[in-house]
Amino acid sequence: MIFDIEVNNKIIKAKRGETILSALNRNGIKVPTLCYMEELAPSGACRICVVEVEGQQDLVPSCAQPVEEWMKIKTHSPRVIKARKTIVELLLSNHPDDCLYCERNGNCELQKLSIELNVLERRIIGQKGKQKADRSGSCMVRDPKKCILCGRCVRVCEEIIGVTAIDFIKRGNHCEITPSFRKGINLSSCINCGQCIMSCPTAALYERDHLPEIIDSLNNPEKHVVIQYSPAISVTLAEEFGVKAGKDINGMLNAALRKIGFNKVFDSSFGADINTIEVANELVNRIKSGQNLPMFSSCCPAWVKYVEQTHPDLIGNLASAKSPQQIMGTLMKGYLAECINIPSENIYTVSVMPCIAKKFEAQREEMTHKGITEVDAVLTTRELARLIRLYGIDIMNIESELADTVLGTRSSSGKLYAVSGGVAEAIIRTSYNLLTGGDLINYKITELRSVNKNKKEFKIKITDLDLGIAVVSDMINAEKLLDEIKNGRKDIHFIEVMACPGGCVNGGGQPIPSRKEEIKARIKAIYDVDDKESIKFAHKNPQLNELYKILFGKPCDENCMNILHTSFNKRDVLL
Amino acid sequence: MESNIQFLKEKVLLNETLSFSKEDEERIKILKLEKTIKPIIFVGASSCGYVAGVQKTMDTIKQYLTEKQISAEIIKVGCIGLCALEPIMDVQLPGMTRVSFKYMNAENVAEVLDGVFNNTIESDHILGQYRQKNLQKWENVNFIDEIDYFAGQKRIVTEHNGIIDPEDIETFIAYGGYRAFIKTIYHYTSNDVCRIIEKSELRGRGGSGYPCGKKWKITHDNAADQHYLVCNANESDPGAFMEKSIIESNPHKLLEGMAIAAYAIGAGKAFIYIRADNKLAIERFKKAIDDAKAFGLLGENIFDSGFNLEFIIKKGPGAFVCGEETAMLNSIEGKRGMPRYRPPYPTERGLFGKPTVINNVETLCNVPAIIINGPVWFNSIGTTTSKGTKVFTLSGKIKMNGIIEVEMGTTFEDIIFKIGGNVKNNKQFKAIQLGGPAGICLVRENLNITIDYEELNKIGAIMGSGSIIVMDEETCIVDITKFYINFIQHESCGKCIPCREGTQRMLEILEKITKIPKDEASHQTLERFKGVMQLESIAEVIKDTSLCGLGKTAANTFLSSLKWFRDEYEEHIFDRKCKAGVCKELRAFFIDVDKCTGCNACMRKCPENAIIGTVKYPHFIVESKCTGCGICVETCKFSAIFIK
Repeated sequence: MIFDIEVNNKIIKAKRGETILSALNRNGIKVPTLCYMEELAPSGACRICVVEVEGQQDLVPSCAQPVEEWMKIKTHSPRVIKARKTIVELLLSNHPDDCLYCERNGNCELQKLSIELNVLERRIIGQKGKQKADRSGSCMVRDPKKCILCGRCVRVCEEIIGVTAIDFIKRGNHCEITPSFRKGINLSSCINCGQCIMSCPTAALYERDHLPEIIDSLNNPEKHVVIQYSPAISVTLAEEFGVKAGKDINGMLNAALRKIGFNKVFDSSFGADINTIEVANELVNRIKSGQNLPMFSSCCPAWVKYVEQTHPDLIGNLASAKSPQQIMGTLMKGYLAECINIPSENIYTVSVMPCIAKKFEAQREEMTHKGITEVDAVLTTRELARLIRLYGIDIMNIESELADTVLGTRSSSGKLYAVSGGVAEAIIRTSYNLLTGGDLINYKITELRSVNKNKKEFKIKITDLDLGIAVVSDMINAEKLLDEIKNGRKDIHFIEVMACPGGCVNGGGQPIPSRKEEIKARIKAIYDVDDKESIKFAHKNPQLNELYKILFGKPCDENCMNILHTSFNKRDVLL
Repeated sequence: MESNIQFLKEKVLLNETLSFSKEDEERIKILKLEKTIKPIIFVGASSCGYVAGVQKTMDTIKQYLTEKQISAEIIKVGCIGLCALEPIMDVQLPGMTRVSFKYMNAENVAEVLDGVFNNTIESDHILGQYRQKNLQKWENVNFIDEIDYFAGQKRIVTEHNGIIDPEDIETFIAYGGYRAFIKTIYHYTSNDVCRIIEKSELRGRGGSGYPCGKKWKITHDNAADQHYLVCNANESDPGAFMEKSIIESNPHKLLEGMAIAAYAIGAGKAFIYIRADNKLAIERFKKAIDDAKAFGLLGENIFDSGFNLEFIIKKGPGAFVCGEETAMLNSIEGKRGMPRYRPPYPTERGLFGKPTVINNVETLCNVPAIIINGPVWFNSIGTTTSKGTKVFTLSGKIKMNGIIEVEMGTTFEDIIFKIGGNVKNNKQFKAIQLGGPAGICLVRENLNITIDYEELNKIGAIMGSGSIIVMDEETCIVDITKFYINFIQHESCGKCIPCREGTQRMLEILEKITKIPKDEASHQTLERFKGVMQLESIAEVIKDTSLCGLGKTAANTFLSSLKWFRDEYEEHIFDRKCKAGVCKELRAFFIDVDKCTGCNACMRKCPENAIIGTVKYPHFIVESKCTGCGICVETCKFSAIFIK
């Protein structure tokens, strides 16, 4: 039902049941917010969005208060502005004054609020926090001094991801957001998805920086620095340079990386193709033998950690194939080193990932070979943007180039690894080939392409097999699915799990902010690549087939198992 | 003869006429412990009694009885409300009225009991005798209800507190307990009960006074597969202890009130949320639940009425904010005690998402009397908009501190000067703090305000926590405000910014004005003044924007004390003086040359070596070295050191 309300002496239309904020936004009236998150129930914690409602004694938070017919609202009265400004000043009163040296300088919501509310003077002086930053995590740093306790990370972790690794502790001014028992993040149940970083308005949470090591290696003439980038990078990097979401700059990315000084530039989609071949073969083998079903995808390291710590009994269900990043790393240090005749110790492998959990994955013990890590350093999209800026490269205005060839050519199904549902789609395409010898005509699986759902299912009849596929992209839905399976559900053969809602295009290493419309545009860009490119099946990738012929042999054979597969182990964490 | 339980069930609880046969009436008297063969000694054994040393008193009484070979019974009762006079001991001799004695420390027991058993009780310890029909009165002993403290009170909620054994369900029933509950489940529908309560105009005693019957009705009408009742017993503010005392002294009364409320809203489960450290109250309430269950008053199909009720005690961690209803719901659900935004209100989506009624202890304790005596009776007590009585705790610098229950419409003047018996030690009255850390302060001029929801609302106070803390001339208002802000700051859940950060900034500023900066020239002085200038503005924003009641009222103490005592703040800020001599760093000590004997004691004790002088000649305090710790004052045997 639509009715009129009065806002700032003008009549606007409002819908029954919506909040004041949503009515205001729809009518083009801007109210600043801080703790507000579109997809979650309002918490009403920060009080930045307060408005004056006639007849109400106190100011009301517009993000939480449902709109009603009788309301006469003032959004920018002197009382409201004073309240908002005081709240921001209170937040600033004990905030470390190191904006110029801050991780989020220029992209900080607190900075923006202080500009918006015209805070030009430190009126309120407070004692500054003395908490130490938690640097224990392999991919994340938590700096409580900069935390303004908006609680967005806590809500994301609990209500969207479903892990609850962090929560509020203590009371009053000693209040803090920490993992269980105030221990380091490395001991907690954090799965390193990085969605908390994406939600953090300040630099209280940020990724562990790998840039210095990379720059050192680039400057070291003895090192042959090789870089790979994940399928999700080319469609998001442009946003860091002010371009609207959804632009694919793959060619420019190649060129920029070469300009920076990387000796070889590869697209991880090639690794994704190999992963597809291995996983599809594994799946077909498991279906034939009936063991360890349903099979779980294992290319998301956050999900792998979740299984290891929460469902160790299901570790056997994970596909044993390495993730594309690690396959590429193995090949770079092994095959590539032989091809270009450089000892693998002198090859420095860098990967650019939309993810911070990949930093964790690269450091796993299982991912080293005779003491040599397969991937030496991992950059997020944000860090890569910083590197590009540091080297003064005008990425939006350079000539496109192609990736290097030895491990370069990809099929478009490898590119699909960037989106939730994409891995499953690639695997269905190849499994179909394995089971029938032919190629799927309707290779676009629209059931798995819906953007708004974090849980999708798809059934396809291949010869006499009813192949059941499920796709989830957060732990809450994954947990629901696991419940169903533990309760005897048998019709699902393969489950693709990504920790971040929407998949890697919304990963924890992506540009901040990553709002819904941006994620949608990125997903569209990925599917456009699939439409445009000619090789749509991993098993049709010529370079890959060549590699199987000369190096691996048959998929899932002993040789492949040695090179391309890994193992997972039970993990003890504070739950 | 049938067992007591059978008798109470059949002849008392199920007897609706209320006319008893002579024989039954005698039996009830025995159960009420009015008619006795052996002497009975009652001791006030609730928290206040234990603090005053009742355990020792009891041991001494036992010893006395064994020594004198007197066969008597000792019964523990709750608190009658006179916490200042604890330990209190009553004696009921066969055929005589019950007589009460105050300050019964172990040393006095023998003397007083000697007197009692010899029928000569001329002692300073007499408090008064009870009015009991058909029993012989003590001569020359005043009645207990005649003393000022009780004369000004009207006791509904605390009616039997301190009189009956809180751990004995039989006495409670003999005194008329559980009759309201049985009447309810036999004769009334849920709607009837809601209507009766609505008609009685009972309002919630815990907060701003929402009509209780209306709340029950809304909850009852919100369709759901489960409704819940929650009793808020998370009394945590400094200076409030009446809920704890009520539960300790008469747990069955609360239980009965809760049972009726649960019936009215159709709840099958009733929770009581109580601080884990109120051990005695929890223990007694737990026993009450067990006894009531054994009696068939709780559990499945109560008294064949088809009504089921389960009681759950939820122990809270002792956080002030968990007294806020939505934070309490979170806490019961096992989450962190942080408030939720309302709407949705708990009546619609409360505990575990189901319609929930949250009432405080006092509100629920009013219910049985309303059911028994009818809404019109209740309606006739109090003022036009506020019906019934209100329980307060009186504490601070007042002669009679304790728990009082007064009719709505009583003035604070009466409470302080008549019931409370004026300020202690003949000092000058300064102000009262009404409602603890969330409350406001009232000075002499506005003590004529009556106790009434609307009247209190007008001056910015809420009925809420019924604590009255009396301050005398030796209380520093800045110091007390600092104490309350500190309390609020430590108890803030940390969710909303104004409360979490704002109260901390206020505390820091107040701390700065009660200290002298070490280096006058530095930026500290500037910061101090800047802070002072922002203090009021921060306080207003905290009040205006905070999420829950805790934050909204956090600045009340400051704003109201500033209204009445601005000069005292200014004195602290500009003159750097604390008239009351409380703020240590602002005190200056001087030695009276005439009184000082030059004994050297203060000089030796002074930690800062600020006292100089020669033995046998008057000493002198070096002001710049003195930190105002006050050790010298405590040391001086000649009262030669004074504060200026």
